[in-house]
Amino acid sequence: MKTDGAQQRGSKSEQHLIEFTGVTKVYGKGHASMQALRGIDLRIDEGEFVAIMGPSGSGKSTCMNILGCLDTPTSGTYVFRDVDLGQLTRNQRALLRRYYQGFVFQGYNLLNRTSALENVELPLIYRGAPAHQRREQALKALDTVGLKGWESHTPGELSGGQQQRVAIARAIVTEPAVLLADEPTGNLDTARSREIMELLNALNINQGITIIMITHELDMAAYAKHIIHFLDGLVASDEQNGRVK
Amino acid sequence: MLWNTILLALREIRRNILRSFLTVLGIVIGVAAVITMVTIGGGATVQIQQQIASMGSNLLMMSPGKRLGPGQATGNIPFKETDADAIAREINSVAAVAPVSSQSIMAIFGNQNWTTQVTGTDNQYLKVTNRSIGAGREFSDSELHSGAAVCIIGETVRKKLFGGQGALGEKIRLQKLSCDVIGLLEGKGQSTMGMDQDDIVVIPLSTFHRRISGNQDVGLIQISVRQGTSTEKARSDIGRLMRERRHLSASDDDNFNVMDMKEITKMLTGTTQLLTALLGAVAAVSLLVGGIGIMNIMLVSVTERTREIGVRLAIGALENDVLTQFLVEAVVLSSLGGLVGIALATAASFIAARLMQVPYIFNPGINLLSFLFSAAIGVIFGFFPARRAARLDPIDALRHE
Repeated sequence: MKTDGAQQRGSKSEQHLIEFTGVTKVYGKGHASMQALRGIDLRIDEGEFVAIMGPSGSGKSTCMNILGCLDTPTSGTYVFRDVDLGQLTRNQRALLRRYYQGFVFQGYNLLNRTSALENVELPLIYRGAPAHQRREQALKALDTVGLKGWESHTPGELSGGQQQRVAIARAIVTEPAVLLADEPTGNLDTARSREIMELLNALNINQGITIIMITHELDMAAYAKHIIHFLDGLVASDEQNGRVK
Repeated sequence: MLWNTILLALREIRRNILRSFLTVLGIVIGVAAVITMVTIGGGATVQIQQQIASMGSNLLMMSPGKRLGPGQATGNIPFKETDADAIAREINSVAAVAPVSSQSIMAIFGNQNWTTQVTGTDNQYLKVTNRSIGAGREFSDSELHSGAAVCIIGETVRKKLFGGQGALGEKIRLQKLSCDVIGLLEGKGQSTMGMDQDDIVVIPLSTFHRRISGNQDVGLIQISVRQGTSTEKARSDIGRLMRERRHLSASDDDNFNVMDMKEITKMLTGTTQLLTALLGAVAAVSLLVGGIGIMNIMLVSVTERTREIGVRLAIGALENDVLTQFLVEAVVLSSLGGLVGIALATAASFIAARLMQVPYIFNPGINLLSFLFSAAIGVIFGFFPARRAARLDPIDALRHE
């Protein structure tokens, strides 16, 4: 079941890939509650390379999790390709993740004691791809991230940078519409970080994958053409090609 | 898709080979223990039942002395042969009565000797104890009356004294008595109490009195009650008759004791069944402990597993994909454990049955039951924590500490 058939919404002239309207997120209840997002409005188009910046606690990770359908907003609407995600069931959101999104976690989140190849194959297994195609695509994705020859290594046998690249390979193996990356270079040295950024840039340009990434570093954000700053659960600034939106 | 899920489950088992092994081990030990205990216990019970069936139905055993428990108390007035005659004559429900006197004596043939139970009785003895002559013949009336030097020997005695040679027509020596072997008893094996029933030499009672004991005492009277009549009634009739014959006043206790063999064997069967139940219960506890072991392993790994479930959900697994995978994993592991347990139990109980000389009887019920139980344990402890995790939002599962 794909979400293609869901009802059309909004005018054709103003189609965005992602549209956040007044998105809030509150953790906990009563006095102990904490407002992570206080009303976010975002517009992201197909093929964009977006960097999300901001100090820790500003709500950017929460926003990322909602973007990746890992979490649900407390209020507000999230429209993905004209589909209001608030109307979807758990399973429909899982299918959205399966067919349209790739997520790269800050902590990699690879399966332990499982080879790089099997880790990368995993999303394809859920897609029901036949074994030979699965293997072929996974090897290609590993090649893309520069891990040819490391297929049979488990995460424990790989460096942090290599694990990060396996995680990216796992996210792109399905050729998603959007790649969401939470500090993909957070644990890497400058040289490695640059490699990852070149990789993401290439994916954006060559395969037309929309990339949304969180970063702390300005020189990493420099790869992006669309930079969103978060502060205290609000969007502080939203610049596209140096032009404030 | 189902095949893919099974593939994932098998990968998961292989990936956590130690955890899988420990999980299976708990089930294997539990299942094997329960099945072995119950099978051995069942074999012992069947053995006892077979012995009851072979022992002669409705057997009463009367011995002198007060009822003090098994065995005879000494210093009591012994019976006489006339007591047996009187019982046979007066009590209608009695089928056969055999007066029995016995003594442990060394039997000698050539240079072979063997200490055995020499029993003086008559032909009724065979009827009462449900035995038959395998070769040769019974005592003749004249032999019984005259106290002839003839004997019928049991299988064990024949083997010990004669080995491969023919025994019929030979002479064996019992103390000073040299007697002709005129018959061989059909083999009967161990009694319920573990005694060898073939370790016996039967001679006429009159011969026993004259040549061995030197008195007219009868140590024991064995009585078989007619089929279809109450042994209880026969027992009380015999009691009344004996009180009269032994001139006991109303205030005196019985100075003889009538035991119902059926009652004793019933009690023994009951004891065996109770022991089986007890052992089964102990084994069930071990199965339970095995189950708790599984639960422990599952709970210890729940953090890792919850995060893993989070990862799977995040990259596009449906709740059902995750559940099916974990269900398949749990079922595969516990079935494997159950099957190995059954195989182990079959081998163990077969060997144990041999060693303990009880029949090996396959018990499909307990095999099925413990298999299902192990499967249930695996599913409950493997599946339900996974289900809880699979229902979380992916981010909550990923953040699980």
